[in-house]
Amino acid sequence: MKNYWIKLFGLTLTLSILAAPRVYSAGYDYIDITNPFLKKIPIAVPFFKPISTDTATDQLSKKASDLLAETLAFTGYFEILNRKAFLIGPGSDAAVANVNFHNWTSIGAELLVTGAVLIENNMIEMELRLYDTFKEKLLVGKRYKGYIDDQRKIIRRFCDEAIYALTGRRGIFDTEIAFISTSSGVKQLYICDFDGYNPRRITHTNSITLMPAWSSDGKWIAYTSYARGKPDLYIKLLKEKRGTVISKTGLNITPAWQPNEFALAATLSFSGDPEIYLLTGAGKIIKRLTYNKGIDVSPAWSPDGKKIAFVSRRSGTPQIYIKDLGTGQVNRLTFQGNYNTQPSWSPRGDKLAYSGMENGLNNIFLIGIDGKGPIQLTNNEGDNEAPSWSPDGNLIVFSSTREGPSKIYVMTSYGTDQRKLLDMKGQQSEPEWSPRMTDR
Amino acid sequence: MRKKFWIVLALTIVIPGFLFTASCAKKAVKEESMASQQAENEAAMKAKEAAEKAKQEEMAKQQAMEEENLKKEAMMKQEAMDAFVNEDIHFDFDSSTLTPEAQDILKKKAQWLLNNPDKSATIGGYCDERGTTEYNLALGERRAASAKAFLVDLGVPASRLTTISYGEERPVDPGHNEAAWAKNRRCHFVID
Repeated sequence: MKNYWIKLFGLTLTLSILAAPRVYSAGYDYIDITNPFLKKIPIAVPFFKPISTDTATDQLSKKASDLLAETLAFTGYFEILNRKAFLIGPGSDAAVANVNFHNWTSIGAELLVTGAVLIENNMIEMELRLYDTFKEKLLVGKRYKGYIDDQRKIIRRFCDEAIYALTGRRGIFDTEIAFISTSSGVKQLYICDFDGYNPRRITHTNSITLMPAWSSDGKWIAYTSYARGKPDLYIKLLKEKRGTVISKTGLNITPAWQPNEFALAATLSFSGDPEIYLLTGAGKIIKRLTYNKGIDVSPAWSPDGKKIAFVSRRSGTPQIYIKDLGTGQVNRLTFQGNYNTQPSWSPRGDKLAYSGMENGLNNIFLIGIDGKGPIQLTNNEGDNEAPSWSPDGNLIVFSSTREGPSKIYVMTSYGTDQRKLLDMKGQQSEPEWSPRMTDR
Repeated sequence: MRKKFWIVLALTIVIPGFLFTASCAKKAVKEESMASQQAENEAAMKAKEAAEKAKQEEMAKQQAMEEENLKKEAMMKQEAMDAFVNEDIHFDFDSSTLTPEAQDILKKKAQWLLNNPDKSATIGGYCDERGTTEYNLALGERRAASAKAFLVDLGVPASRLTTISYGEERPVDPGHNEAAWAKNRRCHFVID
């Protein structure tokens, strides 16, 4: 991946040379990250202009402009304006150079993305620009060159620049989602791109596989498999397909990688009781983290690695607790409801998402680490489980039975824009959003 | 000389004549006794045969009975084993506490394990679909551990019992209703 981007960068001319003085660099006020989904920003993405005059270029420029619009829309920040409302026709020169901003502001577009596509010798060249139509400013201008098959990567790369220009934060366009699917007949581990594109099978066994967890550098994945007949913990280096198996007596489940460390918390029951331990990435026990007769399970790290949230039945029902690993102090976090499990700590550190059950059905809730809330994000749409945050903290991926079989859905962290992530045979569950992969 | 002749005659004819009659009479007696003995023998043989037959019949009967008993015993053994394998114990929602019914079943299972000291068993812990995957795996483990602890208390060596949790992964009834859930909240026993 890394090598690829170096290659791509080598071929990339940034348009900032062309527009350096006008690039809006401190544009963080476009999207209010305290509630970015309250008002979606209307954005126009006209068809890209084909520079080379052949049907391949023509088709690709249309496809690429659609893909760019979908990719930006995935964030939940934008309202993609209908092209039928545009005042200028597709492929018009005016859509690329010498933009007449009035054409766009008068249809309500606050942002505009233009593109030009050139295909030459099986290589593609794409020039993409993001404008603020009201300020009449170029926010991002980039030219990319690569193989034709790289168009998706080019578009994601540009979207990442666009999001960075608009929010001051890096986007999620190079992230992936690990999940469990029964497509093969038995629960196996799969990974797809952030938007559900390109799902691929990672484990190839006939044994139940559960609970994937990414290391914070995105290189390792841990999960539980019954490949040896009982629930063991597998720690796998994705690229090289090597790793470790933790196969102690009883449970070896619910891995959660410690941020920025080659270590993970997991539930082991070799003592006769499910307890949470801190392990090295090689599977050696560093120390025991919980001491309580009865169930302790499902650790989730705070982003600073100083605390863990976990599920315990110590009060008589499953509830979420937070343990400060420095002081050793444990506090109960959830008090509403009799069944609160699956904590997932927000990347900004201020909230936890979890599954709360009522009348036999789970829903996704948010609660402040101070106990404020909880806020219910899903409602009356089947069983909703296993929330996991996108690394920018804007989106939550989860599983839902709202259409019958369990499928994977995405929503904003405000519960808006709930949509199915991918269509696949069988049932999908336990989605786990990867960290950003740039450094992988 | 003449006298001598008579003596010789008497010796050669008369005495052997006597001898002949005597031996003749003796022979008849002997024949008579042989006949009666034969009859006796025949009767004894018959009796013996009858006795033998009766004995054999008795033995066959006994053998059949024994076989039947063995069969019965084997059947009972098989039944006990089947019961051990087929009879699940059930739990309340989000609970690993053994109900009185579960305890009764476990007592039978303990007896079976004590009667079959060469057998080991694996206790599988299962949950209904309503909880969440991770917690249910832990709950399944707790259920199996409860059952194991009870059996160990009744004298079954812990070394002969293994626990494994399947959480909500292998429901015995795929339904989405209380009847199905009640069946799925269980421990299932397998002989290793």
